[in-house]
Amino acid sequence: MAKVVYEKSRGLTDVPLTYCPGCSHGIVHKLIAESLVELDVLDKSIAVAPVGCSVLAYEFFNCDGIQAAHGRAPAVACGIKRTNPDKIVFTYQGDGDLASIGTAEIIHAAHRGDNFTVIFINNAIYGMTGGQMAPTTLIGQKTSTSPYGRKEESAGRPLLVSEMMAQIPNAAYIERVSVHDIAHLNKAKKAVKKAFQTQIDNKGFSMVEVLATCPIGWNLPPVEATQWVVENLMPYYPLGVYKDVGGAQ
Amino acid sequence: MKVLMKGNDAISEAAIQAGCKAFFGYPITPQNEIPEYFSRRMEESGGVFIQAESEVGAINMVYGAAAAGVRTMTTSSSPGIALKQEGISFAAGADLPCVIVNVARCGPGLGGILPAQSDYFQATRGGGHGDYYTPTFAPSTVQECWDMVFHAFDIADKYRTPTMILIEGMLGQMMEPLEMTKRPPIKVDKSWCVDGNAGKRPRNTITSLSLYAEVLEEMNFARFRKYEEIKKHETMVENNVKDGDKVAIVAYGTPSRIVINAIEELKNDGIQAGLIRPITVWPFPYDVFQSLPASVEHILVAELSMGQMVEDVRLGVNGKYPVHFYGRTGGVIFEPKEISQKVREILKPARELPPARVEMGRGEV
Repeated sequence: MAKVVYEKSRGLTDVPLTYCPGCSHGIVHKLIAESLVELDVLDKSIAVAPVGCSVLAYEFFNCDGIQAAHGRAPAVACGIKRTNPDKIVFTYQGDGDLASIGTAEIIHAAHRGDNFTVIFINNAIYGMTGGQMAPTTLIGQKTSTSPYGRKEESAGRPLLVSEMMAQIPNAAYIERVSVHDIAHLNKAKKAVKKAFQTQIDNKGFSMVEVLATCPIGWNLPPVEATQWVVENLMPYYPLGVYKDVGGAQ
Repeated sequence: MKVLMKGNDAISEAAIQAGCKAFFGYPITPQNEIPEYFSRRMEESGGVFIQAESEVGAINMVYGAAAAGVRTMTTSSSPGIALKQEGISFAAGADLPCVIVNVARCGPGLGGILPAQSDYFQATRGGGHGDYYTPTFAPSTVQECWDMVFHAFDIADKYRTPTMILIEGMLGQMMEPLEMTKRPPIKVDKSWCVDGNAGKRPRNTITSLSLYAEVLEEMNFARFRKYEEIKKHETMVENNVKDGDKVAIVAYGTPSRIVINAIEELKNDGIQAGLIRPITVWPFPYDVFQSLPASVEHILVAELSMGQMVEDVRLGVNGKYPVHFYGRTGGVIFEPKEISQKVREILKPARELPPARVEMGRGEV
C-alpha cells in the first residue's frame, strides 16, 4: 500500500478554487488552512471574504464564513470578534479592497487593537475587475487604467501598507512575505501561523501582507509572473517583520 | 411607575432591555445621546459598544455582529443613514436581523440639524441598491419609541431582516413620561449564524452573493415571499377617522400629534376631521383608504417634507378621493393652525377658491 506523502489540508473544502493558473491565492489559502489546522482552531474560526478575486473565499475555507462589502471586511470582523472574543476571526483582502476603498476600516481596526488576523494579498493590481491600477501598482506599471504606465505626478507612489500599519500604536504583529519560491513560502507559512498565534494569545491586531502574482492582470505567463515578483515587487516592498509586540523574530 | 425620559435615551435603554448585545455608532446630531447612553450602559450590562470610524464602519460591524447571531443595533441621522445604505443592502441581501434607527434631520446634503421627515423615500424604498425593503416603524411618542424598539428587534429576528425605526429629531430630543414595560424577545432559531461553531454543526456561510442568475433570482423571490408575509401580518396603522368626518388627515410620527391639535381646533368650529397615522411606513397601510366612512370627501397629507408619503397615500386612495398636501421643510415645523387653515381651504366650495397658485416654501403642490 502506498504511503501518503501529501494530502489536501482539511482546512479547505472540496469546492474547486476559482483562481487563474499561476495566481498566488491558492497557495495562500493553503497556508491559512494548514495554520488553522495545526493551531487546532479551524472549527472555531470565522473567515471574512472581501470583494475581489477572493470574493468566494468563504466557500473554500472549511470553517464558518461570511462575505463582506468592498473594503469593509475589518469592520465586519470587528462585529464578529467583539461579540465572540473566544473565536478566531480573519479577513482575507486584496489590495484594492484593503489599500484603496477599505483604508478607513483597516486602519481603525488596527487603531482599536481589534484582536483578529488580516491576510493581505498585494499583487499590485485589481484582478477581478480586469487589471486596473491599484494603490499598490508600481511606477511605470501598465494596467488597464494606467495604459502608459503609472505616473507618480498623477497617481503618486505605491502605498506601503505594512510600513503604514506598523505605525499604528495598537497593531501587534505586521509582516510582509512572499510566496514565489519554497524557501519564502515556508517563511510565509510561519508568518501566517504567527499572526494567528498573536490572535490566540489575545495580543491584538495582526496582519500578514503577501506579495502575490496576477499573471492574467500582469499579462505574463506564470513563471515570468513569479520572476516579476522578485525583480519588481520585492525591491519596492521589502520583506520582513514590521511590528511584533511579542519581540522581533 | 413612570420615568421621565428623552426619546433617544428611551430607545437606548429599550434596546438593552430587549437584549441588544452590541451597539455600533458614530457621532451625528441629533442622535448623540444614543451612542453616549450605550457607552455608559454597555459596560455595566456586559454588552459591546464601539464608536466606529464612520457610519459605514458602524453598519458593517452590525453586519458582522448580526451574522454572529446577537441582537445588534446602530443609530444615526439622515446623512449618516445615507452612508449606511450600502451595509443595509448587504444585510437585507444576506437576510441578517438588525435594527437601524434614523433620528432624522433636514436635508438634502448637510442640510441642517433640525427635525424633518424628508427621509421617507429612503426609508420606505429600500434606500440602498437592489430589490429589498426594510420594515420601518414610525413612533410618535417616547412611549411608542420604547415599545417599538422591542417590536423592531422581534420583527428583525422573526423574518431575518434589517428593520428601521424612523423618528424626527424632535422626538429623539423630547422628554416624556414613560412606562418601561419589558417584553421578552421572541424565540427564534439562529443555528444559521457564523459564530465559529463548525465543530458542533455543519459550517455556516453568510453571503448576499450569487453569480448564477437563476439562483440569485430565486433568492430575491424568496425574500419577496417574506415581504408578502410581513405586509400581511405586520402592517400597523392608527385609524381615528369616524363617521361624520369630512377630511381624513394622514400624518406619521411627531407631526401626527400636531395634526391632533388641529383636529381639536376644527372641532370647535364644527368641522369634523380624523387622523390616519401609519405606524409602519413600510409596509404602508394602503388598504385603510378603501374602507373609510362614507362621510369622507377629502384626504389631506401633512408631512415635514416637500411631499413624500403623499405618493403612498395616492397609491392607497387610488383615485377614490382628492388627495391634498401640506408640508414644511428645512427644519420648519408646522403649527396646528396651518393644518386647520388648510382643511378650511379644502372644504371651501370651488367657486370661493382663490386662483390656483403655488406658495413657495410651503410645500404646496
